[in-house]
Amino acid sequence: MAHETHKSNKPADTNEAPGKSKKSTAYDPVCGMKVKTPSEYYLELDGKVYEFCSEKCMHRFASEPQKYIKSDGANSAAYNSTNYGLQKLRLPIVDMHCSSCAITIEKEINKLPGIKSSNVNYVNETAYVDYDANKTNTEDIIEAIKKAGYKTGKSVLKLGIQGMHCGSCVSQIEKELGNTKGVLSASVDLGTESAIINYIPGQIDIAEIKRIIEKLGYKTYPAQGYKSVKTPSSRDKQEKEPVRKEIKEEIEEPADENQAAREKEYKTLMKKFIFAAVLALPVIFFSYPTVWGLPEQFQMGSPVLRYIWITMGLLALPVMFWSGSQFYTGAWAAFKNRSANMHTLIATGVSAAWLYSIVATFFPQIFPEAELADQFFDVIFVVIALVVLGMALEIRAKGKSSEAIKKLIGLQAKTARVIRHGKETDIPVEEVVLDDVIIVKPGEKIPVDGILIDGTSSIDESMITGEAIPVEKHKGDEVIGATINKTGSFKFKATKVGKDTALSQIIQMVEQAQSSKAPIQRVVDQVSGYFVPAVIIIAILSFVAWYLFGPVPQLIYALIVFVTVLVIACPCALGLATPISLMVGVGKGAENGILIRSGAALETAQKLNTIVLDKTGTITEGKPTLTDVITSNGFDEELVLSLSASVEKSSEHPLAEAIVKGAADKNLVLSDTQEFNAVPGHGVEAVVNDKKVLLGNLKMMQKFSIQLDNLEETSSKLADEGKTPMFIAIDGKSAGIVAVADVIKKDSIQAIEKLHKLGLEVVMITGDNKRTADAIARQVGIERVLAEVLPEDKAFNVQKLQNEGKKVAMVGDGINDAPALAQADIGMAIGTGTDVAIEASDITLIKGSLKSVALAIELSKATMKNIKQNLFGAFFYNGLGIPIAAGLLFPFFGILLSPIIAGAAMAFSSVTVVTNANRLRKFKPKF
Amino acid sequence: MALDQIIVLIAGLSLSTWVAWYFWVSEKKVVKVVTGSGGTQEAIIKVKGGYSPDVLEFETGKPIKLNFIREETAACSEEVVFSDFNKKATLTPFKTVSVELEIDKPGEYGFQCGMGMLKGKLIVR
Repeated sequence: MAHETHKSNKPADTNEAPGKSKKSTAYDPVCGMKVKTPSEYYLELDGKVYEFCSEKCMHRFASEPQKYIKSDGANSAAYNSTNYGLQKLRLPIVDMHCSSCAITIEKEINKLPGIKSSNVNYVNETAYVDYDANKTNTEDIIEAIKKAGYKTGKSVLKLGIQGMHCGSCVSQIEKELGNTKGVLSASVDLGTESAIINYIPGQIDIAEIKRIIEKLGYKTYPAQGYKSVKTPSSRDKQEKEPVRKEIKEEIEEPADENQAAREKEYKTLMKKFIFAAVLALPVIFFSYPTVWGLPEQFQMGSPVLRYIWITMGLLALPVMFWSGSQFYTGAWAAFKNRSANMHTLIATGVSAAWLYSIVATFFPQIFPEAELADQFFDVIFVVIALVVLGMALEIRAKGKSSEAIKKLIGLQAKTARVIRHGKETDIPVEEVVLDDVIIVKPGEKIPVDGILIDGTSSIDESMITGEAIPVEKHKGDEVIGATINKTGSFKFKATKVGKDTALSQIIQMVEQAQSSKAPIQRVVDQVSGYFVPAVIIIAILSFVAWYLFGPVPQLIYALIVFVTVLVIACPCALGLATPISLMVGVGKGAENGILIRSGAALETAQKLNTIVLDKTGTITEGKPTLTDVITSNGFDEELVLSLSASVEKSSEHPLAEAIVKGAADKNLVLSDTQEFNAVPGHGVEAVVNDKKVLLGNLKMMQKFSIQLDNLEETSSKLADEGKTPMFIAIDGKSAGIVAVADVIKKDSIQAIEKLHKLGLEVVMITGDNKRTADAIARQVGIERVLAEVLPEDKAFNVQKLQNEGKKVAMVGDGINDAPALAQADIGMAIGTGTDVAIEASDITLIKGSLKSVALAIELSKATMKNIKQNLFGAFFYNGLGIPIAAGLLFPFFGILLSPIIAGAAMAFSSVTVVTNANRLRKFKPKF
Repeated sequence: MALDQIIVLIAGLSLSTWVAWYFWVSEKKVVKVVTGSGGTQEAIIKVKGGYSPDVLEFETGKPIKLNFIREETAACSEEVVFSDFNKKATLTPFKTVSVELEIDKPGEYGFQCGMGMLKGKLIVR
């Protein structure tokens, strides 16, 4: 961090730039006051000149220069014009990890036109750019930094502005905001009466921006909301001059807008359906005069019926081109791309029926037989009505399928109460920056991830971890954003904000998994490329076959068969089968604290037959706890424990910590020690309250010739149970044993039993000695133990199991076990707190419990079963439906489907697939 | 066989052959995307009952930016999925939604709508 070491970054000519607001003034880096330059108080450091208002400031700077340089540079932006008409820009950059990052960013910025110089300072994470404002702009520079893979610490605010009348109002606001410290850029749009403002949270807040605009005499109101731009992939919105800048950059659209579009589409489809359905009723009525026994004048061949047909033919037009417009536009678009889809099928089928009917209506004489001059208008109305209804229902059902992710997105807190400049202020959660101190009151949502620094509380983390029981949190504990504070007020420091929070990462992982492809889908992909054209060919060939070999009237039969085949085929059901179930299954997992990385992981998880569990931290808590205090020679338990803890207080050994914590839990008062002495490999000795205390292993006791009596036996019994016993002697007499152990998590036994029940072989792997390992294994009911395995050999052991022909899942933490997790067919990482996106894992279990392992396997089984049902249903439906529609059953049973039945079947087949997938939403953990 | 039957037979067979040729065999138009000044290969894809263009050619190793403009509300095209990259975007109607990729390995990568009805392809050379 020392500035001297970063001479290569040479921000010499630019560091004073922020100080210069006009040509002849600079800012004092200590107090921030404007000073005339050259000032009589100045210091030269690292080739830079710093100027001060007074000697006092100069001395303060001299004593701790880094403090002021850093705070001066970070998180702020400024523009200034130089003598040469160049713009100077200073831009904070986040997430720089090394000085080579600086070079990457500089390179990217220098590619832009009009860049005079660019310097990126790694130490204060700031880019200094001199550029020609006529050739490039701030946005391009920010873009360049993003392209280099880094982020500028900025947020985007969209604000509605009222009271603008002309272009000069626009430029006035833009200019004023542009000159405001902390605002990177502002673009105001008169048409939409709104402004898009890029600003730096922490430097300026929304209220301040509003105040500036209002000061100019305009009113502001919230528009859309604010979004923080944190990832390189997300884009800031540029809505100004949409014509000129055709490719608008986007921030992620709020989910609501898509929801609204979906809702609108549903309503439109329902209107289209009702229109077609209402018209279908009279059409059906007059299409089957014999069925209803209508009077003579409505029967075939009568002039009245003729006029009715003409009317129906005309009414069919709005049904086809409004109710069914999507079929035609869809079919045409696909056709142009030399592809075909469901729309192609429906559009072709319906059009064929209409054409035939129109010819029959207007030119009945061209048919050799009178009965051939029949119409099929009813098919048009009913098929369009049904398929449109099916599409509408599908939208509804699909909305439910994606509920899980919507719920996750909805969990995000909206505001945070942050301490800024010593005051509590409510700010939008997007404005929270790292290291902000946030206050959370009972019943409130925790806005971002962080570490508790003051207060205690119990927190309901069920929404993230799926754990129903609230968790007690104390100083130093991690808190997770979007969880709910139950009882106490506390303060915490933000450690992860924006896209880095656990919730954001969970959402990202779920979205990624939902868009991945399960291997089973490959079959479908191969089929679906050929499906629709094949159906068209089948329809044509069926037409030909019926025309050549069918019964009289051949033309009518041929046409019916042609239309029926086209209408019954449902590529949608095939296409939907896998992704929709995957979406529900992965979403369901997330609800229960199980993050499945991909469709492939889900598919493999159900084929597992061996589960390898890491001992420490997976089966056990991972940190030692005081388990036993045994006394002898009449010493009392509290004394033994308090003396042991007093001795161990100054030791940093994890076993010592366990004893101290054990004493603290019993509210014992610890005393000060004198003459503390650690005997390496043996233990410790000290004097506490004038008592000589020895604490250590057997060797320690032997060294000081302490009579142990039957304590030695007790000790070895404790060791057999996997515990670590320590003897204590007071004033030369043995006083007892304190034992610590890494205790088994409370639900490990139950979870392992469940894994056995699922027919899985459970293996424990550990670096511990065989005795301890066996002891734990006995307690949890594991038969196969791989003990004394070095961390680096875990992956090899997993491979050995795989060589036995097993599908192996490895369950462990994401750090030490990473190679083993990667080696296993499925790596399951037990997540802790906010560390969610564990690279090596296929499945991350947010909840620390082993039950999640069983649950993950059950869920993947249920999901795969559901996918198979869907695929079977879809293949079966199409495989059976198309031949029947083609009339395969006719020669044997005289069965021929009506196009209307086909339309109904088709409309509901895809709804059925979605509905079946939605059954997965009811999946409940069975224990 | 009567004349009309022969006509129907020949017409049917040739129509079938044409369908097979048109959808399966004929070469699709490939749109070559040029690298912009910033080094990004950027393309606009209109989404309306399909993707146009639907076959795009890129160079390896350079960032790709696909700007989807969905000009319809039909729910079919709501999502675009790049399953080779585990990427998915929800396309808001009448808005530009960008998908960014960087592909280092030459090959053909498909993209499709949420249920695989609409399809497109990225050819990376």
